[in-house]
Amino acid sequence: MINLSINNKLVSVPEGSTILEAAKHNKIDIPNLCNLDGVHKFGSCRLCVVEVEGDKNLQASCMVQVRDGMVVHTNTDKVRKVRKNLFELMLSNHRQDCLKCQRSLSCELQNMGKRLGVTEARYTGQTSGGIVDISPAISRDMAKCILCRRCITACNDIQKVGILNAQNSGFKTVVGTALDLPINTVNCTFCGQCVAVCPVGALKETDAIQNVWGAISDKCKRVVVQIDPAVRVAIGEEFGYEPGTQVTGQLIAGLREIGFDVVFDTNFAADLTVIEASSEFLTRMKYSLEDMEARLPLMSSCSPAWIKYVEHTYPEKLDHLSTCKSPHTMLGALAKSYYAEKLKVEPKNMAVVSIMPCTAKKFEISRPEMTNNGLPNVDAVLTTREIARMMQEAGVDLRKVGKSQFDQPFELSSGAAELFGLSGGVMEATLRTVHEMVTGRELAIDKLQAAPLEECDQVKDVELRFDNPLEAYQYMAGITIKVAVASGLRGAEFLMDQITKQESPYSFIEVMGCPGGCISGGGQPRPATSETLQKRLQAIYQEDEVKLFRKAHQNEGVTKLYKEFLKEPNGQKAQDLLHTQYTKRGKFNEYLCD
Amino acid sequence: MDCEATKSQCCCGEETDQQKYDKIAEIIDQYKNREGSLIQVLHMAQTVYGYLPMELLKFIAKRMDIPLSEVSGVSTFYPVFSMQPRGKHTIKVCMGTACYVRGGKKLVDRLENMLGIQVGETSEDRKYSLEVVRCLGACGLAPAMMIDETIYKQVNPDKLNSILAKY
Repeated sequence: MINLSINNKLVSVPEGSTILEAAKHNKIDIPNLCNLDGVHKFGSCRLCVVEVEGDKNLQASCMVQVRDGMVVHTNTDKVRKVRKNLFELMLSNHRQDCLKCQRSLSCELQNMGKRLGVTEARYTGQTSGGIVDISPAISRDMAKCILCRRCITACNDIQKVGILNAQNSGFKTVVGTALDLPINTVNCTFCGQCVAVCPVGALKETDAIQNVWGAISDKCKRVVVQIDPAVRVAIGEEFGYEPGTQVTGQLIAGLREIGFDVVFDTNFAADLTVIEASSEFLTRMKYSLEDMEARLPLMSSCSPAWIKYVEHTYPEKLDHLSTCKSPHTMLGALAKSYYAEKLKVEPKNMAVVSIMPCTAKKFEISRPEMTNNGLPNVDAVLTTREIARMMQEAGVDLRKVGKSQFDQPFELSSGAAELFGLSGGVMEATLRTVHEMVTGRELAIDKLQAAPLEECDQVKDVELRFDNPLEAYQYMAGITIKVAVASGLRGAEFLMDQITKQESPYSFIEVMGCPGGCISGGGQPRPATSETLQKRLQAIYQEDEVKLFRKAHQNEGVTKLYKEFLKEPNGQKAQDLLHTQYTKRGKFNEYLCD
Repeated sequence: MDCEATKSQCCCGEETDQQKYDKIAEIIDQYKNREGSLIQVLHMAQTVYGYLPMELLKFIAKRMDIPLSEVSGVSTFYPVFSMQPRGKHTIKVCMGTACYVRGGKKLVDRLENMLGIQVGETSEDRKYSLEVVRCLGACGLAPAMMIDETIYKQVNPDKLNSILAKY
């Protein structure tokens, strides 16, 4: 432990801590705009400067490690003056259209000005301008960028995708792609982790709100909306609830209030995904055990950022991916077929809107594969943040709106489906069903305690043995499968490299594009601190535990759907509506040019 | 030079693109596992190829397993790297303090006019690239400029025509 003094208070912190960490640990608040806990790399905003006795210059507290006997002052005249000055300089190159900026009142720069007591902006002059780059999922307005470089850390160090880096130098420095190519033309996965950490209005989801209002006001359209599991444990934060408050009932009521006709549960389709993926997995296992051609490990396909990552980075490995569409596109396809038939509504007179924690799903619905009979499965994706804004615009407050329930026929869901909202959930949900299909016995919940790998902190794995299987699954007798879960794309790279080297010990791999899974998706309320994420996670686990049934195959609505409409898992109708294929892209999109 | 190599050369005696890329590949393989070697590789690649076009940056990114945005970030950070084709000759006008006060800026203006390009660009016939530098260490000869390795002293704008005529 290192002993030092901060603001005349003697403190003791672990060796290797920065002054900023030492202060935070001792409840001394040092302002900063660029810090990212745990992965901080660039000390670029300099707002965290402090005075260290004996040092000539002020020090950036996020970059300087504590030393024994250090005497630090975080709140002197000099420090306050310099911080204000730094803030004003930052402001001088920031397009200040705050009154009409989406981040107004949630902008960290705006809050910082208040926090520092800045009341004037003395520097004006030329600004470095900046491009506006709009893709189907993410929009960039670089005139608002303050060069904090959090997005660079998220893209390069957390996700290891690396499409964003600082380009040019000096006054012309911008955060951007190589040669400022539009992000839609590079290997961006649209995971939105850059958007999640952006302190200002420079990075945001591409707006779908206007389209959705348009559909709602169209008298001829029946507007169907569905909600992802990770949204319901997070949206409360936008309305002043504690993080991790489950507000499903209020959200459904709010959606009806602003004009949606029907509200479905995406979790219904998560259960359906489990049935389809389990069946696909067991078929591949059977083929593989009988020495026929089968691609293993099977890789999950629920996360569209992960899908695009594979298409760019491992285009030769697409056949490992499950062909299952993601749950919300499955539900969209069913809404415009099964439900439309039931209701005798023309599918073209329906609009399906998905409320997702995700930016990548905005891109996903624009894929030509995600259509049936010439109609898109899903017409618009709204992020958690966007639906909160729509409700605020309409004057709907989740705290006052009461509670409501999902509509038939897609209203039921298992506890397993809730788990789709977090890393490891798809795996657990699938194995609960696979185990019971094969053995006829319930899988003990404590069987799946996966442990993080030493080689890669974003990966966990676990083994599962199948004893005394039912007659139809004799080929699984005594077989032990190894499964892995990757939480974030850096972990995905680790698992994919094993596959490329033909060294993968796994039969099934789940990958979530965002670290932690959908609870920390690029479309979730900001800022998502580790405490907030922990609360969202616990809320999902609690929801799994209190559900009437916890396994996907117990969903009677799904059973009925197969009986009335789909007939059998992986059957012809299911293949047409619920399964998809993938596109070879390459890191530089070189396959797309052919 | 062996017969194979001679055959694959084009008639003007210059290396083909393929030969240049092969050479750059060799350089990359030599440096690729050394931390922080990107700048070195870019330097040598520019020497071999003349400049750093997008295709070459992609080639380097792929072979070194570094994100393209990082390769382009480094290339655009240092003025020494050029993403545009370079002229046969590089004109460097000194804009250090002494040269500036004695008319360096006028030289730049005139050259931009004569060549129809801005600083940092290359003339359409690819004969000249125009750059400014901060101090050639020839302050006593101000205003000074350099074409390739030759220094020209006490240049005035009217002398420029006759100087360029030598190239």
